[in-house]
Order: sequence, then structure tokens, then C-alpha cells
Amino acid sequence: MDWTLLVIQMLNGLQLGVLLFLLAAGLTLVFGIMDFINLAHGSLYMVGAYFCATIADISGSFLLGVLAALPLTFAVGLAVELLVVRKLYARDHLDHVLATFGLILFFDAATQLIWGPEGISIALPAFLDGRVSLAPGIEFPTYRLVIIMVGLTVAASLAYVVSATRIGALIRAGAANRRMLGALGVDVNRLFTVVFAAGATLAGLAGLMMAPITEAYVGMGNSILIVTLVVIIIGGIGSVRGAFIAALLVGMIDTMGRAFLDSAMKLVLSAQNAETAAPALSAMLIYILMAVILAVRPQGLFAPKGR
Amino acid sequence: MTMSLRSPVSLRSAVTLGGLAAFAILPPLAELFDQPYYLDIAMRMMCLAIAAVSLNLILGFGGMVSFGHAAFIGIGAYAVGIPAYYGEYSGFIQIPLAMGAAGLFALITGAVCLRTRGVYFIMITLAFAQMAFFALVSIEEYGGDDGLIIETRSEFAGLIDLEQPASLYYLILVALIGSLYLVRRIVASRFGRVIRCTKSNDERAQAIGFDTYRYRLICYVISGALCGLAGALLGNFTGFISPDMMDWTRSGELIFMVVLGGAGSLFGPVLGAATFLILEEVLSSWTLHWQVIFGPLLILMVLYGRGGIDGFLRSRHA
Repeated sequence: MDWTLLVIQMLNGLQLGVLLFLLAAGLTLVFGIMDFINLAHGSLYMVGAYFCATIADISGSFLLGVLAALPLTFAVGLAVELLVVRKLYARDHLDHVLATFGLILFFDAATQLIWGPEGISIALPAFLDGRVSLAPGIEFPTYRLVIIMVGLTVAASLAYVVSATRIGALIRAGAANRRMLGALGVDVNRLFTVVFAAGATLAGLAGLMMAPITEAYVGMGNSILIVTLVVIIIGGIGSVRGAFIAALLVGMIDTMGRAFLDSAMKLVLSAQNAETAAPALSAMLIYILMAVILAVRPQGLFAPKGR
Repeated sequence: MTMSLRSPVSLRSAVTLGGLAAFAILPPLAELFDQPYYLDIAMRMMCLAIAAVSLNLILGFGGMVSFGHAAFIGIGAYAVGIPAYYGEYSGFIQIPLAMGAAGLFALITGAVCLRTRGVYFIMITLAFAQMAFFALVSIEEYGGDDGLIIETRSEFAGLIDLEQPASLYYLILVALIGSLYLVRRIVASRFGRVIRCTKSNDERAQAIGFDTYRYRLICYVISGALCGLAGALLGNFTGFISPDMMDWTRSGELIFMVVLGGAGSLFGPVLGAATFLILEEVLSSWTLHWQVIFGPLLILMVLYGRGGIDGFLRSRHA
């Protein structure tokens, strides 16, 4: 076993995990409080990446791109909530799926119309572009380390906001019983709007952090959306803590599977069989994990009580 | 002013019968006017209509919102493509294989999925479809991402020659009518009543003494097998199959067809599939970015078009 490779892949898994958490946090809150499935969450991820790429391109500064893209994504989230999502809370899940599927089609096509079919790359500033030495012989890209740190910081602040502030108390109360919350005089609609737009901003943050690695491209949110859905289902819908643990679990398993499954399978299978089966199995791993968890615990690992 | 006379034929059945009749006489017309392209659209329409009819069986009548139905289309198509890859062209093997494999996949995944409810059911069907998708993407032998070309269509021991477009067309039409008949019989049967009952109140059905899990699972398997047939026909028609057929957006489109036409109505999915493809054709002939219009249309349909096309036709009834 190559220990250096193992450490690096664990960090990669962690990086994917925190990225998934940024996406899952908003989705699971919207799900938990408003009982609303938002398939278009991935589109906000893409929108954040495109805003950042455009502004970074014009201004020449990645950081300026980040700072400007966040409020812009927040605004798009507000618009989506006010124009479409708000009208759907009273409907069933089937309608949520369909309408937000329509939003995905719209966002993908509109992005292509505005920015063209080619992806846009973002140049990192010099101080983020290098590698840092973590231990003798273990080097890791600085930027990926920054992603991990930003993600963990956001996770910690979110945990603080949800557990120790007034708005957090409202969010938890909304998740437990939104009618009662409304009856107590809280403007539930405004709370929903703010939570939705904040979730959109977190998705945008994830997208713009990923864009320097993958480019910003049309449809970038669609594949990661499905993985995010897996995360919140495993974690239990509505639970931020569950989303965090599930995100790290999924990020880790997915990365490790892709990196090491073929060598692991060579221990029991012939080299040729292992090489054929490993890619298929590693791509399926997280879905198998989800199926197993749902078969054992149909509400996910940390489903909030009283739902 | 015209008096609203209660006509013997309602608008709804007029549209249904007219539509089926139009499908039936299309091949000679297409040949007469030398427009084979319309035949192609109609064949695609009918294949997707079969898939939508199968989804409607569980979604419209059973309340099971499967977000992974495209997987069955893919399995059915690969059940034609993979035997053909090894030189086995007999439709008598391929078609039962397609329905059997799709049914088996439905049995295995359904056994897990049906333990869950609501959102969890939607998501887990999606996850299983993704599993099937990634499995086929990573099998290099059958083309992986690039897919597989089916050079020879299914052969039926010389009984019908599918290389003739009209023969393939009528085979698909017969399959569509057969699926509609099957779903109609199922829904009207005692079995179908239990299924509809589980949609409106599953606990009550259990209290009466029905093992609803088993009923729903059987229904899910029938739906999967029927959708496998749609995939086998679609594979024969396009002559090219790829994992893209089972992409999750395809599953979303199938749900859209069912809801657009009218979930829980027998002919709704056929109307939905036809309307979907016509919209796609018309809009994409206007602009490359047709989904900028199509997406909002979909949202408007969800917000204001309750009951789908079938609901609309019914409201204009007599």
C-alpha cells in the first residue's frame, strides 16, 4: 500500500465531501422546512460558477469574481423562489419534480444562449495555484486545501447559526411544524424565501469554487445534483448534521472507490476481470450505499424526529 | 347561439379515436407524399407512448412516482443490441429477453424501492436508474459511453420484415394498442382496484387485509417489463443504443409526458408523448435554444394545467 497516495486520496475525498456538503446543506434545509424537492439546485451551482467566471474574466481577479458572484447568485435564488417555487409549496412532490425539471431545462438552455456552448476556465491567482507540502513527501494543491478549509468553516458557521441563533431557531421550528410557526406570528413565507436564497448562495459558492478545477460549463450542476440528492437521502432529509456526515461519507467512498477498488479487487479476481468490473462498480458504489441504507433505515441515518 | 347539444361522441373520445386512426393510416400517406420523416417521428412517438403508458400504470393509477423509468427503456434496448452484437437476431429471443430483463430489474430494485414512500421512493428509483446508467457507461465491450449500433433489426422467422419501415411501424402500433389494452384490463380488474386503493389510502387497503407491498411490487414489475418492450422497439427503430437513453433527464421527460397528457387516464400518456414530441419538433425548428421556451412551458403546465390534456378534453365534454 502506498501511504502517500492514500493520504492524498483521503484529502481529495474530503474536498469532494465538503463540496457536496455546501450543496446538500441548502437542499436539505429547503427540503426539511418546506417539504420541497428542488432539482434546480444544481442549476444554481452552475449559475454561481458562470457569474464568477465572467466577473473574474472581466476584472482579472478571481477573488473579485467570488465576492460579486455570491450576492448575484443570492438574487437569482430570490427570483426563482418568488416567481416559481413559492407557488409550489402547497403542491405534491410530483409537481415539484416536474416544475424544477423545467427550471433545469431553462437554466441550461439560457446559459448556453448567453455564454455559448464552450466552457469558461478561471485562472487562479498565483498564491492559490501552487502546492503545499503537508509532510515530507506529501504535496497537495493549495487550492484544494483552501476548498476544504472554506467548506469546513461554512459547515461550522452553519451549525452555529442553526443551533444558536434566532433565525436558526426559526428554521428548526419550521422544520418541526411550519403551521404552528405561522400561527405564532412568524412570517413563514419570508423565512422560506430567505432560506431558499441562502441555500442557493451556498450552491453557488460550491459551483464557483469548483469552476477553476473543472471550468464552468453547461450542465455542470446536473450530475453533481444527483450525488447531492444521494447525500441528503442518506443523511436524512432536513438534517444538516446528517447532510454533513453523509457528504463526507459519500465523498470519501466515491473517491476511494475510484482510486483503489481495482487494486482491491485484484486480490480476489483475475487482473483482467478486476479491470473490467472495477470502473463499473466504483461508479455504482454510492448508489449501492444509498440502497443499502434505505433498505435498513428508510428515513435515512439522521432523519429529524417528529416528521 | 348554438345550443350545447350533448353529442354522442365526446371531444375526448373523438381525439382518442381520431389519433389512433391517424396513426393507422399514416404509412400509406407518408409514402404517397414521399415524407418518410413523418413516419420516423410517429414511430418515436409511439415507442415513447408505450413507455409513458407503462409509467402511467404505476404513477397515474398506483401513485408510485418512478424517477428511473428510462432505465427500463435502456435495458430493453440493450436486450436487442447485445444479442445482435453476438449475432443473435431473432426477435423471438430478443423481445422476451427485453421484457424479462426489465421485469427482473424491476423486481430486484422494486423490492427495495417499495419499502420507502414519497420523496424517498422518487429518489431511490432515480438512484437505481443511475446505477444501471453507470454500469452500461463503464462496460467497454458494448461501446461504453459511445453506445452500440444495431445493424440488423429483430427477425421474426420471415413472418414480418422489420427492415421495411411500414412493417416496423405497424408492429410498434400493435404493441401500443396491446399495451393500452393490457393497462385497461389491469386497471379494471380486482388487482387494479387494489392498486388504485393503495394510491388513495394504503393503510386502509392493508387494514382490509391486502398485502399491498406485494400488489405494488407486481404492478411495478409489469410496468418495468412493458417499458422494456418500449425500449426494445425503440432500439429497433433507432438502430443505435447508448447509455444516454437511460439518462435521468429521460426519466424526467417520461414523467412530463404522463403528467402533460393526464396521469391516471388511459390515453393521457399517448397524448402526452405525442404533444411532447410535436412541441420538441416545432420549437427546435425555430431555435437551437428551444429549451429556453420549453422549460417555462413545462413550469406553466405544472402551475396552471391541472389534469393535463386529458383533463382539458374531459372538461370540454358535451
